[in-house]
Amino acid sequence: MTEKLKELRERALAQIKEGVTPEKLEEARVAFLGKKGELTAMLKSMKELSAEERPKFGQAVNELRDELEHVIEEAQTRMKNAMREQQLSSEAIDVTLPAKRRAVGHRHPNALALEEVERIFIGMGYEVVSGPEVEKDYYNFEALNIPADHPAKDEQDTFYLGGDFLLRTQTSSAQVHEMEKGRIPIKMISPGRVFRSDEVDATHSPNFHQIEGLLIDKNITFADLKGTLAVFAQEFFGEETKVKFRPHHFPFTEPSAEMDVSCFKCGGKGCRFCKGSGWIEILGCGMVHPHVLEMSGIDPETYTGFAFGVGLERITLLKYEIEDMRLLYENDIRFLSQF
Amino acid sequence: MNASMSWLKAYVPSLDVSDTEFTDAMTLSGTKVEGYERRDKNLERIVVGQIKQIEAHPDAEKLVVCQVDVGDAAARFELQNENGVVQIVTGAKNMKEGDLVPVVLAGGRVAGGHDGGPMPEEGIAIKAGKLRGVESNGMMCSIEELGSTKDFYPEQPEDGLYIFEADATVQPGDDALEALGLHDTVFEFEITSNRVDCYSILGIAREAAATFGKDFVAPEVKLHETEDKCADYISVEVRDKDLCTRYCGRVCTDITIAPSPKWMQRRLASCGIRPINNLVDITNYVMLEYGQPMHAFDLSTVAGNKIIVKRAADGEKFVTLDGQERTLDKDVLMICDAEKEIGIAGIMGGENSMITDSVKTVLFEAATFNGANVRKSAKRIGLRTDSSSLFEKGLDPANAEAAINRACQLVEELQCGKVTKGIVEDSEAIAPLRTIAFDPEKINALLGTEITKEQMLAYFKPLEIAYDEKTNLLTVPSFRQDLLALCDIAEEVARFYGYDKTPTTLPLSSATTGKRSWQMTVENRLKEIAIYAGFSQGFSYSFESPKVFDKLQLPQDAKEREAIKITNPLGEDFSILRTLPLHGLLTSLATNYNHRNKNVRLFEMGNVYLPKSLPLAERPDERMQLTLGCFADDAKAAARGELFFELKGVVEEMLDSLGLSGEVRFCAPKAGEECCAARPYLHPGRQAEICVKSSGKCCCGGGAEDAAQECCCIGYLGELHPAVQDAYEIGARSCVAVLDIPALLPYASFDRVYHPLGRFPAVTRDISMLVPKGVTHAEIDAVIRQRGGKTLEQVSLFDIYEGAQVKEGCKSMAYALSFRSPEKTLSDEDVNASMKKILNGLESLGAELRS
Repeated sequence: MTEKLKELRERALAQIKEGVTPEKLEEARVAFLGKKGELTAMLKSMKELSAEERPKFGQAVNELRDELEHVIEEAQTRMKNAMREQQLSSEAIDVTLPAKRRAVGHRHPNALALEEVERIFIGMGYEVVSGPEVEKDYYNFEALNIPADHPAKDEQDTFYLGGDFLLRTQTSSAQVHEMEKGRIPIKMISPGRVFRSDEVDATHSPNFHQIEGLLIDKNITFADLKGTLAVFAQEFFGEETKVKFRPHHFPFTEPSAEMDVSCFKCGGKGCRFCKGSGWIEILGCGMVHPHVLEMSGIDPETYTGFAFGVGLERITLLKYEIEDMRLLYENDIRFLSQF
Repeated sequence: MNASMSWLKAYVPSLDVSDTEFTDAMTLSGTKVEGYERRDKNLERIVVGQIKQIEAHPDAEKLVVCQVDVGDAAARFELQNENGVVQIVTGAKNMKEGDLVPVVLAGGRVAGGHDGGPMPEEGIAIKAGKLRGVESNGMMCSIEELGSTKDFYPEQPEDGLYIFEADATVQPGDDALEALGLHDTVFEFEITSNRVDCYSILGIAREAAATFGKDFVAPEVKLHETEDKCADYISVEVRDKDLCTRYCGRVCTDITIAPSPKWMQRRLASCGIRPINNLVDITNYVMLEYGQPMHAFDLSTVAGNKIIVKRAADGEKFVTLDGQERTLDKDVLMICDAEKEIGIAGIMGGENSMITDSVKTVLFEAATFNGANVRKSAKRIGLRTDSSSLFEKGLDPANAEAAINRACQLVEELQCGKVTKGIVEDSEAIAPLRTIAFDPEKINALLGTEITKEQMLAYFKPLEIAYDEKTNLLTVPSFRQDLLALCDIAEEVARFYGYDKTPTTLPLSSATTGKRSWQMTVENRLKEIAIYAGFSQGFSYSFESPKVFDKLQLPQDAKEREAIKITNPLGEDFSILRTLPLHGLLTSLATNYNHRNKNVRLFEMGNVYLPKSLPLAERPDERMQLTLGCFADDAKAAARGELFFELKGVVEEMLDSLGLSGEVRFCAPKAGEECCAARPYLHPGRQAEICVKSSGKCCCGGGAEDAAQECCCIGYLGELHPAVQDAYEIGARSCVAVLDIPALLPYASFDRVYHPLGRFPAVTRDISMLVPKGVTHAEIDAVIRQRGGKTLEQVSLFDIYEGAQVKEGCKSMAYALSFRSPEKTLSDEDVNASMKKILNGLESLGAELRS
């Protein structure tokens, strides 16, 4: 019997080895280990053996069963792995083929710049507010210390709408609305459309955007204005940015200044961009004129404040090196998709 | 405003700074230098030469060979010759032996060609060489080659070399540029409108002196008047004092017209003013120097020895000294004599009283006219002059007298006439000098500085702001009309302390939270979704042409045609404020279509302007609207309406995000209803109003039945009407969608409440049916939801078909329904009961169930 068992083992191992497909391997398993398999039959024939031999033979059969099961399992695993390998290698793709894109739209460069400005000032505790674009003369001029007959009214080339109404020439008008609410402190920025009677060309548009900023509280100083705008410039143009304040004149601020930033293209060495000066003019600002506070019902003896105005298109054109302002209003998708 | 360094130095003699130092420091103290130009740019090795000998050229008829003595310049520039004489071949003809001329030595450089054309950036290098075989070691120059023009050097002949005049004190070998006043720099200043005093050389010089801490030396004006009294020659009467606060006149006799001296000509030239003759040059010179426009009348043309200043009559004609006839009106101020007008006040004199070479007695005028009136008059007449642009800034009355005296002094100095005694004037009382209480602490508090009182007073001194210790008052000089209050004084302190030196701090103000308004938050969310959905952001103008309404096929009585008109538009295309947001976007779609761009999806967030009344009596309704627009790249799909449904999908995503899902209906236009009427610019069968359930009842059935009649439309979408598409020349089907932000704002919310996820399995059933064509999906959907009971979780249309296999007048539609209970696993019986109700309902819509 032992001989028979030995011969069966040899045959079984040989057949398993030959089982190079899952089907053949399964055939071998059924042939030897199945319910009607040879090994099962051998176990059944055990009753022919003597009582002493039986346990020993039984053990030998079980050992062989374990061995064969193990060998079959190993063969199965090997085969599975080989097949997986083959599948993977046959499925390789050219990863450089064009992507299937989900077309995502693009923000307008103006909007990108504005978002950045809003992020910076919201971070400093400023509220973003909006004001009307159709204004009364009072809000656009008079309340900003620009009386009737002031040359600034001509300089700004206002669009008039009849009666007392006009298209605002500056977002500074939003200051007045905010001050009239009578809640102090005021910390606001107000972005929006403004209008001036300029013919359309590479650097002018009758319709453009400004961002007005206003802070009013007790003990606000010119030094605070400088500090706040320096933070803005560094956040917006980069940490290395230097700022320079030059005296200037606006009817609604006193003292007034213009702020230049070190050229962010050449770092201040002088280039085509900054016309060799190393500086780029960015915004106008100043301490709110006491008359302006007074007219909006704020006591200039108790409160001081600063205001600033940035031309959105100006910083957009600078930041993205756009040469022609008209591109901002043509909405050519080849332009927009660059942002 | 331009000023040359040499002229400024006349009043600040100790000023000795480089051009860049001057530029930087002046800019930082508030007199911004826009740029400067060195007048000796590209001029090298240019000396005075004397022509010793002129000989014919052996081989060229048109050339001559000159021996030119350049004196010690030969040694200075280490020329290889012994006697200081260089040989130069020239084609010029206007010189003779003995003439002194500017010469550029070989190896030097000139600014331009003799034709006065555009000058090359690097100039022109002059080299030694042979001209038709004869050696030439330099070039004799015209004024054009030296970078100027004969407008400013009238002694330069029409054609040929510049020849130094007999009275020029120059010798061979001298620096020719020095002799011509070309070693100078002309600065261009940007003067702010408040600093009227700086529209003058003296004003800028005063600022320069203060900036650099140097002494300011004003011109000393002393007159040697004759015994003749000015008042015997002329009297002055100002009738319209509101437009003329001061009128001063002085008379000079024995006038001899001649060219003005070189120094005056060159100073005028540096400011771009062409020298004419001594008298005209004096008035221009004083205007530049003092910032006070002057005028000179030939007294023999002034009738009745009288000047009357009064308003013109409407429609009156007047010929100005440029020979042009001007039409006047009653708001134009005129200078008149006893009989007639002789000048437009502050703008230009008349042809009838102009100075000619035969003038014997001259009347100088220096006045202070109302700035706003001069500005408006100049604009109406269409004549803006150097004089009017100064007057319109509003001048200092005290300056008029100073300037007229200076002009008379120059008459004496230039020996062009005699000055009669006294001044005639008619003036309003000149206001006393303004005083401001000095409060150094408050100035420091405003600036955030700790500047001492003494330091502040030191800044005031060169600005001629006086301080009285006893009264603690600062007295402002009359020319500083911009200094009105302490904040203005604070700016003076800041300017001279240095804006750069004031500290940089952050405000220690009360804590505030940075935020956006609710509307902006909603707008930003919508913009974000638009971008994720593939739409790019555009911007278009707020104004447009009224023709847009025709392009959009709006009927003549359409409400949208009631637009706000701009009274002074840039042209018809920019003449009204938009009442519809479509034109800008459609124009942009057309631009993109023209460029054959693909995948064009645009949106804009912008206002429309709806007047509440016309003409405007109150602010209009400015409504922020989101407009989406796209045109089809796939014409067949678009013909099936896919572009419409794609855009509808984007709108639904947006409304979902605003918490409006389930609340919104898309309604086809209804004939005969005022609200939800068809929009003429959209395809009549492919447009929908977007309505939201509200407290109001909408004709589309969107609102609660019992509430008041009120439209709850928050927007619309649709395919562009083919005629509109053609009008905009967009060659593909296009769709637009508009959401009105103020209308949807009350319904929008980002609040969410969690609904438990079902733990029990869902049971699904499909319904397939034939329905009459006129039945809409919305109707079927409503029936299913209404009858499906609480356990109905989802309804989705998965197939729709019309065509050959389907009964005429019908369409086949199939829905997948899913039921789920939060409490138990639904049994077949549970679901069957719901399905039965649903099917009954559908049959009442005329549906025939299949299978």
